[in-house]
Amino acid sequence: MSATLDEFESALLALDRVRVSELLDAVAANQTPLLAVESLIRPALERIGKLWEDNRCALSQVYMSGRICEEMVDVLLGPAATTPRVAPGNARLALAVLDDYHLLGKQIVRAVLRAAGWPVLDYGRQSVAELVARTCADEIDILMISTLMLPSALQVREVTTQLRELSPRTQIVVGGAPFRFDPELWKEVGADAMGMNAAEAVAIVQRLSGGAS
Amino acid sequence: MIRNMTSMQRVVTTLGHHEPDRVPFFLLPALQGARELGLPIRKYFSRPEYVTEGQCRLQAKFGHDCLYAFYHAALETEAWGGEIIFRDDGPPNAGLPPISDIEDILHLTPPRIEDSPGLLRVLETIRQLAARTQGEIPIIGVAMSPFSLPVMQLGFEAYLLLLHERRDLLNHLLSLNEAFCVAWANAQCAAGANAICYFDPVSSSTIIPRSLYLETGFPCARRMLARIPAAVAIHLASGCGLPIVDELAATGAAMIGVSSSEDLAEYKQVCQGKIGLLGNLNGITMRRWTPAEAEAAVKDCIAKAGIGGGFVLADNHGEIPWQVPDDVLFAIAEAARRWGRYPLDWVATAGGV
Repeated sequence: MSATLDEFESALLALDRVRVSELLDAVAANQTPLLAVESLIRPALERIGKLWEDNRCALSQVYMSGRICEEMVDVLLGPAATTPRVAPGNARLALAVLDDYHLLGKQIVRAVLRAAGWPVLDYGRQSVAELVARTCADEIDILMISTLMLPSALQVREVTTQLRELSPRTQIVVGGAPFRFDPELWKEVGADAMGMNAAEAVAIVQRLSGGAS
Repeated sequence: MIRNMTSMQRVVTTLGHHEPDRVPFFLLPALQGARELGLPIRKYFSRPEYVTEGQCRLQAKFGHDCLYAFYHAALETEAWGGEIIFRDDGPPNAGLPPISDIEDILHLTPPRIEDSPGLLRVLETIRQLAARTQGEIPIIGVAMSPFSLPVMQLGFEAYLLLLHERRDLLNHLLSLNEAFCVAWANAQCAAGANAICYFDPVSSSTIIPRSLYLETGFPCARRMLARIPAAVAIHLASGCGLPIVDELAATGAAMIGVSSSEDLAEYKQVCQGKIGLLGNLNGITMRRWTPAEAEAAVKDCIAKAGIGGGFVLADNHGEIPWQVPDDVLFAIAEAARRWGRYPLDWVATAGGV
């Protein structure tokens, strides 16, 4: 499987949809679709996320890889909207961008989570008040917040403060450039975890929900 | 060597890869003039007189070696029909991208500088700064790279798809953006800007692989820099550039803005005598530095890149965050004056680089 995974990762980085599909089909032929996702797509995206973190691949490759895998998962498992799936521990997941029109980071995280076979509510661009209200109403267990600008990252403090009061069940995960450039910032704003890259979202969700997929 | 150079002499000397009297220091506080004048950020950017006064007061206060005529990146997008979203605690941000359907690219025409009130305010600011400084302090203008502007014109996701799947429309958009960029940079030079900061984060190796850069951002930068009549700093706005450093040098740029996530010493090895370096203090962690941490960060940069000239101390992003306290900026400025004095004998004594 290691050689196949290496080749799958290379095909994703080269944006070679045809080869990606061939490799995935070959693996899926011998196991359940979900196992194929677990054994090939998820580890490949985790590797690519780590490569980006180490400055060994580019964000465009991370984004396009996630997008390709999201398409493949929809084919393998059925569209996310119609197929019931659950995240580890039955956790309810949501994703948002705080107060910014730069949505790319959120889109990549969404693609990675969906490629892992997990449903996630995508709130899009939100103000603090909107985000708190929706999180409470939807009884979200894990809320992932993407930011690009430092002021937005600092605003996460308002979200965490309000949610601790109104929805203690909700754990908050942050990511984005300000958190990458200041590894202490996520603690300062009261988050429960921080992802250095989008692919870390999968491992973080597993850890926070206390379950295996 | 002149014992006490003007800022202009200091910067020109270092860009010639010689050691001036001390390491030049570019503080790039686009927003902080509003605080100096006691104005909300939106009002501050509403009149060139405010920005001129704000930048001059900041320069007098911190003693840095440039005047920064940059307002904010969203200003260029506004000229293309986009909206600007102001906030009280940070840079104005671009709102919804003005191009919602990529096919509309075929019907676009570049905006004219003279029809763009926001751009005209910048030009008036540059003229006022030039009148005040009489050539002693470099005035820095800013132009977004035609290759990076589409992030705000289209949105990042749509732009990445265009880049990978619609090269025909990409090339058309680049040709429009290039016409605009040349006109905008030249207008700033004509108004009195001595150098242009060419922000090009999409070209960084953080955003696209080197192979794609060679096909897209690199030829674009070469075309642009050949048509800008001033020294140009290519700034990747915190993005990484080491994998493309030879190409960055080959664009004709005088300087590269270096990310705090890369090693200045590695850059210095490759760039010495070829292209100047600008950076690379971490603007995000800077917010909570102690004076001792500020001094240590400044010393580290100077030790890695100062010897032989070709280095300007600055932050890594091209803009000091609003949240950075003045005490930190004073500490940085003081450390730059103390440890940046040439010759940098202390670097060798300390085991330097």
